[in-house]
Amino acid sequence: MTGRRWLRTAVVGVVTAIVMLPFWWLLSLAFKPATEVFSYPPKLWPENFTFENFAYVWETTNLPVALTNSAIVGVLTMLSNVLTATMAGYAFARLRFTGNRPLFVATLGAAMVPAVVQLIPLFLIAQKWPLSGGNDLFGEGGSGLLNSYGGLLLPLLVQPLNVFLARQFFLDLPEEMAEAARLDGASELRIFWSVYLPIARPVVATIAVLSFTGAWEDFLWPLVVVSSPDMQTLPLALSTYAASGVVQYGPLMAATVIATVPVIAVFLAAQRHFVAGLASGGVKG
Amino acid sequence: MSLKGTVTTAPRRVSPSRRGQGVAGWTLVLPSILVLLVVVAVPIGYGFYLSLTSYNPVETTGPKFHGLTGYLQVLTSGEFWDALRVTVLYAFGTLALTVPAALGLALLVNGKFPGVALFRGAMYLPRVVSLVAVSMIWLWLYSREGYFNHLLDLVGLGPVEFLTDEATALPSLIVMRAWKALGGSMIIFLAGLQTIPKELIQSAAVDGAGRFRTFRHVTLPLLMPITTYVVVVDLIYLAQSFSEIYILTSGGPLGSTTVVNMLVYKEAFENFKLGEASSMAFVLFCMIFALAYANVRFLSRGKK
Repeated sequence: MTGRRWLRTAVVGVVTAIVMLPFWWLLSLAFKPATEVFSYPPKLWPENFTFENFAYVWETTNLPVALTNSAIVGVLTMLSNVLTATMAGYAFARLRFTGNRPLFVATLGAAMVPAVVQLIPLFLIAQKWPLSGGNDLFGEGGSGLLNSYGGLLLPLLVQPLNVFLARQFFLDLPEEMAEAARLDGASELRIFWSVYLPIARPVVATIAVLSFTGAWEDFLWPLVVVSSPDMQTLPLALSTYAASGVVQYGPLMAATVIATVPVIAVFLAAQRHFVAGLASGGVKG
Repeated sequence: MSLKGTVTTAPRRVSPSRRGQGVAGWTLVLPSILVLLVVVAVPIGYGFYLSLTSYNPVETTGPKFHGLTGYLQVLTSGEFWDALRVTVLYAFGTLALTVPAALGLALLVNGKFPGVALFRGAMYLPRVVSLVAVSMIWLWLYSREGYFNHLLDLVGLGPVEFLTDEATALPSLIVMRAWKALGGSMIIFLAGLQTIPKELIQSAAVDGAGRFRTFRHVTLPLLMPITTYVVVVDLIYLAQSFSEIYILTSGGPLGSTTVVNMLVYKEAFENFKLGEASSMAFVLFCMIFALAYANVRFLSRGKK
């Protein structure tokens, strides 16, 4: 029996190794000197292990700026989504108010709208945003939110799926805690903030990871809204390097590693909560 | 008795608790609703208006209303149908590779054996890494001196210009995207497999069904709802592909990888035809919406 188990381990191991191969090449190229990157046939291992590609992209490109921009947009997106989604999700799940049902259905509907439908009108709205980027009160004269953090953040601030996840989580919690708090004279907002939010850690972790990684890899909207290198986020910076004539694969892979490590770190750190949160959200839906 | 009834019901209607919930509910919901109003509801309305106009922002005159002319132009242009055909090929091609492979992988890692958690985690990795980062890796894998040409070289074939040859560009994108989607679909299938009661599999074995027949007649039918879910959700997602195509082929060669999203982007931000691009976006929207609606209907029917 144990023999067959190990056989299975061996089979799965081989399949996993094949699936992982592209990542192996990513690392291998990132740590190879330029001469080895362009040598043919490609060698699995770097013969002269080097950090020169990392130094090169860090010193000669806008990668540090792009990393900072992505971090700013990612963290602000995360904070905004955790706050707005837990608030709205809690209200939809546990509070009785006129408009609860239709507003929730409308929020779900918003989740179904493809990004490309928002793209053009949202671009024009961002451009005409009043009192920003040199615009006057009527949105004339400047570039509005184009090429700014505000513009990058605009479509990321509230993501309907997160509201849905938070609602599903709060639906499963017992009502007794709220009743007890009401008897003690706590206000409804207080009950949300001090009684229910502190025990919502799994769904907060899920929303944090989903919204951060979503912002981190967002491409189409930044491509449209950003026009200068100093406002580029990581995906835009990477695509610029890849589009430049003869591609320097060593530095490109080094930049890709730098862009990828934070996402994997966030995912691993929150994995326990994250997977549990997804499961509890999925049972109801 | 009747007095008691009014005492218990009447105050509840205006009880401070209910009124408090109403105020609190609106306070908590308002930030989300306001943002969604500005970034989703208003753009849909504005976008629909734009789709009924011809609008070139480079000319200083505003949008010119021309009714359904834009839609007619889109629906009668070969360009749009070509893009739609590429989108459908791309989406179904990717699914045709992903779904069987993901199901096979899920069956393979369903159970207890040494290293199972590590393997599942590793398979999920392509899902976690962004599409743009993945595109960078595959840009090299597909390049002239890249890994795939090296493999072809070993068996005496090639070289193949994977991304710049009209015949291979779309299949190359499909293989990459299937690789990226594999782990995520595997996890969903795994969840589906784990909801199948063990007794059912055991009783099939008692009845003399072999492993394959058990899979064919017990496991597979029970996995149908989750398979439908995987297919439709991925289809909706794949129909909106953009970044990997923009990076690897930017729609070429000769439009062979121009999906609808790519066409909309080019029409709007390279040719500045905002009206026509909006019409295209809405046609795609309707198709995706129909798909999503059919999915909801199908899933709710399955539950009964």
